[in-house]
Amino acid sequence: MVRVISRRLIQLVATVLALMTLVFFWLRSLPGGPVDALLGERATPQTRELLTRALGYDQPIWVQYGRFLKNVVTGNFGNSIRTGEPVTAVIGRAFPATVELAVAAIIIAIGLGIPLGYLAARHRGRLLDNATIIVTLIGISIPIFFLGYLLKDWLTQGIHVFPPSGRISTGLDNTDVTGLFVLDGLLTREFDASADALWHLVLPAFTLATIPLAIIIRITRASVLDVLDEDYIRTADAKGLRNATIRKRHVLRNALLPVVTTIGLQTGALLAGAVLTEKVYNWGGLGTLITDSISGGRDYPVLQALILLAAVVFIVVNLVVDLSYAIIDPRVRVQ
Amino acid sequence: MQAIRRRAVIAAGVVAALSIGVAGCAKSDRDSGTEVKSTGGTFIFAGAGDPKNFDPIFNDDGESFRPIRQLYDTLVTHKPGTADLTGGLAESWENDPTGKVWTFKLRQGVKFHDGTALDATAVCANFDRWYNMKGEAAQSQMIYYTDIFGGFAGSPDALYDNCKASDAATAVLTLKKYKGAFPGAFALTAFSIASPAALKQYDADTVTQNGDSFAYSSFANEHPTGTGAFTFGGWNKATGEITLNRNPDYWGDKAKVDKMIIKVIKDENTRKQELRAGTVQAIDFPAPADRKALASEGYKVLDRPAFNILYLGINQKNNPKLKDLRVRQAIAYALNRAQLVQTKGPGGSAVADEFLPNTVLGYATDVQKYAYDVAKAKQLLADAGATGLTLNFYYPTEVSRPYMPNPQEIFTVLANDLQAAGIKVNGVPRPWNGGFKDDVQQFGKQDLHILGWTGDYNDPGNFVGTFFGRGKVEFGDQAMTEMFDAIGKADATVDQSAKKAAFEQVNRDLATKWLPAVPIWHAPPAVVTTKNVAGLVPSPLTAEQFNTVSLTK
Repeated sequence: MVRVISRRLIQLVATVLALMTLVFFWLRSLPGGPVDALLGERATPQTRELLTRALGYDQPIWVQYGRFLKNVVTGNFGNSIRTGEPVTAVIGRAFPATVELAVAAIIIAIGLGIPLGYLAARHRGRLLDNATIIVTLIGISIPIFFLGYLLKDWLTQGIHVFPPSGRISTGLDNTDVTGLFVLDGLLTREFDASADALWHLVLPAFTLATIPLAIIIRITRASVLDVLDEDYIRTADAKGLRNATIRKRHVLRNALLPVVTTIGLQTGALLAGAVLTEKVYNWGGLGTLITDSISGGRDYPVLQALILLAAVVFIVVNLVVDLSYAIIDPRVRVQ
Repeated sequence: MQAIRRRAVIAAGVVAALSIGVAGCAKSDRDSGTEVKSTGGTFIFAGAGDPKNFDPIFNDDGESFRPIRQLYDTLVTHKPGTADLTGGLAESWENDPTGKVWTFKLRQGVKFHDGTALDATAVCANFDRWYNMKGEAAQSQMIYYTDIFGGFAGSPDALYDNCKASDAATAVLTLKKYKGAFPGAFALTAFSIASPAALKQYDADTVTQNGDSFAYSSFANEHPTGTGAFTFGGWNKATGEITLNRNPDYWGDKAKVDKMIIKVIKDENTRKQELRAGTVQAIDFPAPADRKALASEGYKVLDRPAFNILYLGINQKNNPKLKDLRVRQAIAYALNRAQLVQTKGPGGSAVADEFLPNTVLGYATDVQKYAYDVAKAKQLLADAGATGLTLNFYYPTEVSRPYMPNPQEIFTVLANDLQAAGIKVNGVPRPWNGGFKDDVQQFGKQDLHILGWTGDYNDPGNFVGTFFGRGKVEFGDQAMTEMFDAIGKADATVDQSAKKAAFEQVNRDLATKWLPAVPIWHAPPAVVTTKNVAGLVPSPLTAEQFNTVSLTK
């Protein structure tokens, strides 16, 4: 186990280094740059020159790359060009927002997805099954931003069931401990803030959950159907085991393996979905940060750190998924 | 089975215990003191972007200036709802005959938010601070200062000479030479007066560099200290809220609301939805298409008086035919600007005949107008031997500016007009921050392009001087010396009535003799509020002061 993890970590470092190099050169080959974005329409050529020099963009690209590598190795990600804050602070603020959203979405996707998929398989070919297939097809194919705007239009405009955007009501003055507002409210006993944050979370989380939810339902359904056809289920049935035991112990547990793999992959994909969801709901997480950093001024330091973060999250999630196989499936452990 | 269940119970127990434990540790920061029941309430304004910081001199964008205008005052300011100058921190100001010495009579009894007094020494300390700013990092962020004051200590272009407090209420600013931008430029938000004590205490001049970017001081981020109608209540970046509290000791009209929150909502559509949901009371820059709907739903759509310009730029460098005035005139005649204003213009917009709005000094009432006339356009092209002309028309994408809410649509209409007159148009879309500005303003790849400008202060130099006062890649011809000279001379005229006449002539010549671009429209951006908001006076300079705003039930 230790060997597996350490090998993975070495892979992680190599992957990240290669990725960072790629990103460094890719970002700098894009047209436009931070100088123009920062200065706007009013800058004189002198100011432009001054800023280019101050940012070090007048030096050869390999000098810039060397400086960049040194900073990355020493853990200095620099400051955001746009806001002047340390990159770690900028990302530290946005990260919890996305985590809160993604966790809520995953809870919805798993909490509804596995039971629904299981039920659809149990009622194969009947109304429930067919309905599930159609609904999941819609869920997969509907673009996130479209669904987001649709939900907003229905539920926040004519009838104000949910708030249209943001993470918490303006002026609520909640205390920020972890950056996860629902949790913070519980920790500080500002229960109104928790409720308010949860209320703001419903639409974005549901919007973000649709695709993983639909995929989890389908995978669960297919996987359960496979397992139901296995000989050992027939054997278990034949030897007179109770139905509940068969389902829990033999069907579900065996059917869960591909589902867990899917959940792992979807967690990574959630980050991509978050970009759109956060845009629609003015969420202020990593997704918003990515778009702001690209369109609002080529914020190289933030973008570089974000891509590093995304890579690490993706790799770690997949590591966790691999490790969880060992828990779910004893056969993997033996190997 | 039993084992699994037991494990689950233990896990749940641990989680519960942890939460309770942590709950004991994490303390609420909320103000638990007895809050005085608000008489004025909280005014929530949806802004369109993050501010950079709150030190006026390091900023140049509207989203930073919005809160800064509430926190600080300038020496000279504008009468509400106009671009006319009136006293700010200075009750009066005068210029000596050489145009180099400015004497400000300061308002008495004005205090900064930290309790220190605003006097002539404090005013001069600000001018000294700007002039003596050290380090490229800091200097490169002082865009308005570089533009207006030419440079810093040691630079031969620096305009600033000295500032002396002849008594507590009189500040005398001496410049090295006359500059036409004043007194209008004294009203620039970037030149707001800050408390020298706070500037020092919070290390305002320290702009540090880290890697390839900078960090600002705690003055700029946490302790901005001015004389404004609101004091700084904090910037919650996690929720995108800037809180401003009523300044009970304000020297002018004290704010009617107790608190103002600027909530950053970048998406235009989301701003509208928040307004409709009643969670914000005012939004900036509504989409032109939403104006009618919002007005009919009972929201107040307040138009700002026009103070901007959209133009069709002509680059004379790549295509020699464009050097011929007749070809440029043909382009002007080919455009049906009246129809463009009707179909694509935001409400309140009007066809522009000059490159500055009519509220600005030097606007001439008798310039040559190019009314839509396709036949004439074709005739002029034929006369110039330019039939079958093909032009590369650059337009920006991924951007919406107050003067240009929908560049793509504007391009389509203009291109169709040109095609109808027999000019082939090759449209080149480029992202605003990803090539458009480079291609147009640095490399001059285009033949035609659309771009515009929102005025900063009431001076013709800020409009025509900015565009045509010197050789610019954008318009391709470095050799239009007659035009540069005329504008330079007009700008250097000290006597205001002579200056007015000079700029009127410049505007006439721009239309008849030079035509380096075609003015398209003035399109004032709107601000929309809910019904219960009263007293918001829209400013042509987007320089609203919110102390006059009140909320009714």
